[in-house]
Amino acid sequence: MSSEINWTALIVFILFFALVTVLGFMASRWKAGDLSQLHEWGLGGRRFGTWITWFLVGGDFYTAYTVIAVPALVFATGAYGFFALPYTIVVYPIVFTIMPRLWAVARKHNYVTSADFVEGRYGNHWLALAVAFTGILATMPYIALQLVGMQVVIAGLGFGGEGIQGEIPLIIAFIILALYTYASGIRAPAMIAFVKDIMIYIVVFAAVAVIPLKLGGYAHVFQAAADAFTAKGGNTGITLKGAQMVPFATLALGSAMAAFMYPHTMTGVLSSSSGDVVRKNAMLLPAYTILLGLIAMLGYMGIAAGISVKSNTEVVPALFQAIFPDWFVGFSFAAIAIGALVPAAIMSIGAANLFTRNIWKPYIDKNISPERESAVAKLVSLVVKVGALAFILSGETKFAIDLQLLGGVWIIQTFPAIVLGLYRTRFNSWALLAGWAVGMVVGTWMAYSTGTPKPVYAINFGGTTYSVYIGILAGALNFVVSVVLSFILRGEAKDQTVATDYELHPQP
Amino acid sequence: MTDTPSRRAGHWQWLLLLPFVALLWVPFYNDVEPSIGGFPFFYWYQFLWVPLTSLIIYVVYRRVKA
Repeated sequence: MSSEINWTALIVFILFFALVTVLGFMASRWKAGDLSQLHEWGLGGRRFGTWITWFLVGGDFYTAYTVIAVPALVFATGAYGFFALPYTIVVYPIVFTIMPRLWAVARKHNYVTSADFVEGRYGNHWLALAVAFTGILATMPYIALQLVGMQVVIAGLGFGGEGIQGEIPLIIAFIILALYTYASGIRAPAMIAFVKDIMIYIVVFAAVAVIPLKLGGYAHVFQAAADAFTAKGGNTGITLKGAQMVPFATLALGSAMAAFMYPHTMTGVLSSSSGDVVRKNAMLLPAYTILLGLIAMLGYMGIAAGISVKSNTEVVPALFQAIFPDWFVGFSFAAIAIGALVPAAIMSIGAANLFTRNIWKPYIDKNISPERESAVAKLVSLVVKVGALAFILSGETKFAIDLQLLGGVWIIQTFPAIVLGLYRTRFNSWALLAGWAVGMVVGTWMAYSTGTPKPVYAINFGGTTYSVYIGILAGALNFVVSVVLSFILRGEAKDQTVATDYELHPQP
Repeated sequence: MTDTPSRRAGHWQWLLLLPFVALLWVPFYNDVEPSIGGFPFFYWYQFLWVPLTSLIIYVVYRRVKA
């Protein structure tokens, strides 16, 4: 990439960034509520209808890091990178089935987080603490990675190279983000998500319409990719190698199970105005999956366009610079950078909600007033973001990527406690806690067993070795431990919920 | 308890398993041919399952609501 500053692109970029900054601060007055209450600041008063939720969850789940990382993986390995597609398809039957129940019970008992639910459902502080801790742990590196997305496009604008010149724009962007999240809570990313998503749609549709024309059509794009992978060898290609099929399928399934256990996606779901809104969104959100599939195609277009990059993450910015006029480069980079702000804001809110509700309140300040609660959450959302920024600026990007990968393995360990709880199964909460602990330890160990963290672990089955996504393996172990110990420990009932709390009632 | 929405949806909800079967059994679609419009089978098949999944969820949704 060039190290000259691209002025046209920079001006367009700054213009759009300024627009969303204004929106972010204005958002505090949108659908006005008392922001000194946690469910107002952190969940928008649970007032978001079908379309706002669609933009919000779409902008939150399909992150800027995705826009950078998925094409990078496709660019490097081919078909394997497309696991993102089955992943973001099978996630919706799961969302449709599970999340309306969670919404209903959360509304009934004013739960703001998944750990609130676990606490109410099982009456076990320690299990709730485990869920909260896991959520925060898995989210922190995820926030850091949104910064990587931003960093890549800022470098693309010409603020390249090492040192302070590349860091100042990132710091400015982050201070802006931190301030309006503090002021407006989840209303800020909800409002910005409109702009961000529309911009991303425009960029991607322009890219998939224009770029193949310049490169001689899709057949040629795929052919160029196939040739490049044949020359490259190894586990690459435009279809999967035999050994890649099990990791492909298990990564897709495991990621889908993990996806809505994250605090940020859960926050998006809980801020919707009814369970029916959640159901409709399970139907409508796949539109973003088409978008993601097209974004993944950018990896192949990068190959066909003969892009060569130092790091695979640069392929999308480099491709846009090679193909688009300067003003549109600015527009598309702004879309990616703003695309980082929405999830980063919601992630920090989700983590702040968890910390305040499930760590600060029960263990530090039991009699906290609702106003104090909201104030603590606001402050924590700042701390979380500063932490993520410090992480990236200290050059620990590789570590952040490893941790984010582990984050998926970790967050799946909360799936049994949450989902089995939603279905009112008679699992013992201590058994679930033991299952969680085993899953966390074994999952982390498996990931590090070969030195550098990997998402898959080789297991021997009937004489053949299969690589399986660790999230699935550790999650299965978690489940088995939970089942066995539940039989031994038997039932215990400190459940504050009843069966009808989980059903959706007609809106008044 | 016989007429809660989830009971009424009954076995229609089993339809929601179709995308899992179709997409997680990878050998079924790990091919270049037949290709459409330059897109190898592997790709257009996955893209096709996006609207199909929406449609399936819609069908189940109608049943749940009805």
